Amino acid sequence: MNSLIIAGLLLVLLGLAYQSGWSRGRGLATADGVKVHSRPQYHGSYVAIWALLPALAIIGLWGWFGDGITHNFIVSQIPVDAIQALDQVGLNATIARIKALASGYGVAGDVLPYEQSAGDALRSFQFITFLIVVAAAAVAGIVALLYARSRITARHRARNAVERAINLLLLACSGVAILTTVGIVASLVTEALKFFTFINPLDFFFGTVWNPNNAGTAGNWGSYGLLPLLAGTLMITLIAMLVAVPVGLMAAIYLSQYAPRQLRAVAKPLIEILAGIPTIVFGFFALVTVGPFLRDAGNLIGLSINATSALTAGIVMGIMIIPFVSSLSDDILNQVPRTLRDGAYGLGATKSETIRNVLLPAALPGIVGAFLLAVSRAVGETMIVVLAAGNSPVLRGNPFEPVATITVSIVNQLTGDTDFAGPQSLVGFALGLTLFVITLCLNIFALFIVRRFREQYE
Amino acid sequence: MTDMLSTTQPSDERTRLIRASLARRHLSEAIFRGLGLAAIILALGFVALLFTDIVRKGIPAFTQSNLHLSVTFDPAVIDVDPAPVRTADQSEADFRAASLKWQRDVAMLNWNKVIEASLRAAAPAGFDIDTRQLLTIAETDARHRVRELFVNDPSLLGQTVQVDVLASANADNWIKGNINRDLGDAQQQLAAPARALIDQFEANGTITSGFAWSIFTNVDSRAAPASAGLLGAFVGTLWMMMVVILLAVPIGVASAIYLEEFAPKSRLTDLIEVNINNLAAVPSIVFGLLGAAVFINYMHLPISAPIVGGLVLTLMTLPTIIIATRGALLGVSPALRQAALGMGASKTQMVFHHVLPVTFPSILTATILGVAHALGETAPLLLIGMKAFVAAVPATPLDQATALPVQIYLWQGNENRNFFEPRTAAAIMVLLLVMIMLNGVAIYLRSKLEKRA
Repeated sequence: MNSLIIAGLLLVLLGLAYQSGWSRGRGLATADGVKVHSRPQYHGSYVAIWALLPALAIIGLWGWFGDGITHNFIVSQIPVDAIQALDQVGLNATIARIKALASGYGVAGDVLPYEQSAGDALRSFQFITFLIVVAAAAVAGIVALLYARSRITARHRARNAVERAINLLLLACSGVAILTTVGIVASLVTEALKFFTFINPLDFFFGTVWNPNNAGTAGNWGSYGLLPLLAGTLMITLIAMLVAVPVGLMAAIYLSQYAPRQLRAVAKPLIEILAGIPTIVFGFFALVTVGPFLRDAGNLIGLSINATSALTAGIVMGIMIIPFVSSLSDDILNQVPRTLRDGAYGLGATKSETIRNVLLPAALPGIVGAFLLAVSRAVGETMIVVLAAGNSPVLRGNPFEPVATITVSIVNQLTGDTDFAGPQSLVGFALGLTLFVITLCLNIFALFIVRRFREQYE
Repeated sequence: MTDMLSTTQPSDERTRLIRASLARRHLSEAIFRGLGLAAIILALGFVALLFTDIVRKGIPAFTQSNLHLSVTFDPAVIDVDPAPVRTADQSEADFRAASLKWQRDVAMLNWNKVIEASLRAAAPAGFDIDTRQLLTIAETDARHRVRELFVNDPSLLGQTVQVDVLASANADNWIKGNINRDLGDAQQQLAAPARALIDQFEANGTITSGFAWSIFTNVDSRAAPASAGLLGAFVGTLWMMMVVILLAVPIGVASAIYLEEFAPKSRLTDLIEVNINNLAAVPSIVFGLLGAAVFINYMHLPISAPIVGGLVLTLMTLPTIIIATRGALLGVSPALRQAALGMGASKTQMVFHHVLPVTFPSILTATILGVAHALGETAPLLLIGMKAFVAAVPATPLDQATALPVQIYLWQGNENRNFFEPRTAAAIMVLLLVMIMLNGVAIYLRSKLEKRA
């Protein structure tokens, strides 16, 4: 309710300021013989910005400190002997009761006399402070409004000032990207460092046993060896690439070199549908369809394949990556100059010979870059592996067995638990940092290769 | 010279060799081409397989078995004081406490007995079944439904009304034939008399199948699987989308405008550029770690709340929107800019009055695609506690909630696989439908834009 009133008052102030600046600027324009620098809208906006900032600052200050001041006021209203009789929990309960009384909602049961009087006092205190804040904001806004209005003259460069403000706002928005990166790196690094105060980094990076003791007490936290997770991640990524690279690359070659126009117009968006499907859907598909199918197929030929295994997760993840590989490869194949292709045809090469001997070698660096980008996507993929990889963090080389990956372990260690006191949850950040560094390196390397290649023909 | 002469001179031997190799080369051409076609067919086959599989699995979940019971509010069973009425000198809190106490008293009554009586009334005369087995036919929340009817209208006491309740998940499975009917008693979820009674009910019309509206109108439920619905998750997703649209779109478009139109070439803007490109490639789960550490652990925003999910998804979507918007701005012809500047517009006026309106449709398209992508994201939401079981529709973005993809994750993990596998697939169909609709809107806008250009 209060915030609605404040928002309404701010809007009124804003409208008033704009109108007053606008009419002042308008008045200048009608005077004859004077050239006005800015149009009336800019004078209006200029005054509005001036009026809004101090009012916002005062309300912001109250929002920041107001709760603390109110709290102190309530405590000061409770008799000293009553405070001494209460522990922290009881005090908080009393404060909550006083607030309920002040709001007019009332409390269940009997009300102590001092609670009633404190509630009444709080009620008038809240009313008075509210009035003070609103009045202060209004006065500050109006003073600023009058000041800004007094500065408006024919030569006043209101437009430049407003545009500078817009520019600053735009710059601040782009700063969000930097803040996000800073936030990611800072949170990962600080929490990972906290983790390394519990566990030796050497044990983490080179340990071969992953067995976090989730119910562990101090001193018995279990082992946090990264290698089994890394091995699982790499195995699934490898399988995914074995599926996605041939299919994606051949699809790109066919679509860009052979396919008739109509087929290309239909097939390309259809394949790209795969890229838009949420990964949880792929995970479900892997879990209920692909996994059981692979198990049964394995039984037929005498192989024992687990329904949730590196193979299942890898194949489905490969399917997910196909459109990524194919559209990147398509772009890169299209960038190879026509003259190279025509030269090969002129020498009598068939289409496939041209593709294999001329196009692919010329596009190779770019395609490798695209594959690396696909790899980094596979390394960071979570939901498919959470559902379909089986979560068995043991070092083994058999793709038919369950594995665990870095992302799965992050989810397992951090889900629903945000009490970052022990290594059990902090390890999630060490794993996240590892994942971040791996994918960052892959991306930078891939972009480097792709960019390097592009320069060759431009 | 003689060498050249000899090679250019056609000889029978050479022609024969070339002819022979030609067949081989054409064969390898055909093979290569065939491989390409096979790759396309394989990729399209995956798309088709995925969709048909999900649809085939999900369709059965859209029908559900309903029990039509005539429920008697028997005063002998419903033995409770009349509902409290607020008196003049009572404070709001006291009245709330009194009516809560009354509702607790009502809840303590043996509502199962009411359900049992109406089930027995519907059964053929003389059918022998014990109470526990009988109650497994109706959904466990049937008693909550009947109780709620009474709480809302205490005057029902002593009356008999027609009430439709859901059949239990196991009964539903039995009717749909999801369970092999020939399995032995030990492997059946339902006891033999209960199974027989269900068949009787089906024959006499007490149980009918209907469209499963409850999927859309109910919230998730653990105790009563048959009534578990998507409404809570759907509303949670809507709240998150609202946060994403309100934050990611203005901030993303503003940063793209700054970088593309105003930014001087400086260390700072280079840094921003590199950052944005890197952020676009950071795995989504890392954003979840950021959310858990910064928004929840440091800023103490409420855990499991759509506002935190929305913030995390906003940060994730920002790079996509920025990159797409920059592309759109880059595509505006320089003539437009120069004309605006030539007419005396300032740079800001040029951007906001001339360039931006032209790019508006393609920015909108990119935004919708970015939001659609964020809509399907699951992993980061798990880390900020949106995996918690929530049995209420979130009224504000600060309430506990879950989201559609997370609901799918929760349902696929449910122990009652027979019942929840179709239901998970149905939830996926809803999610995919929403995404397809969003993409459809984006494609429509794009084609409209292309026509104008």
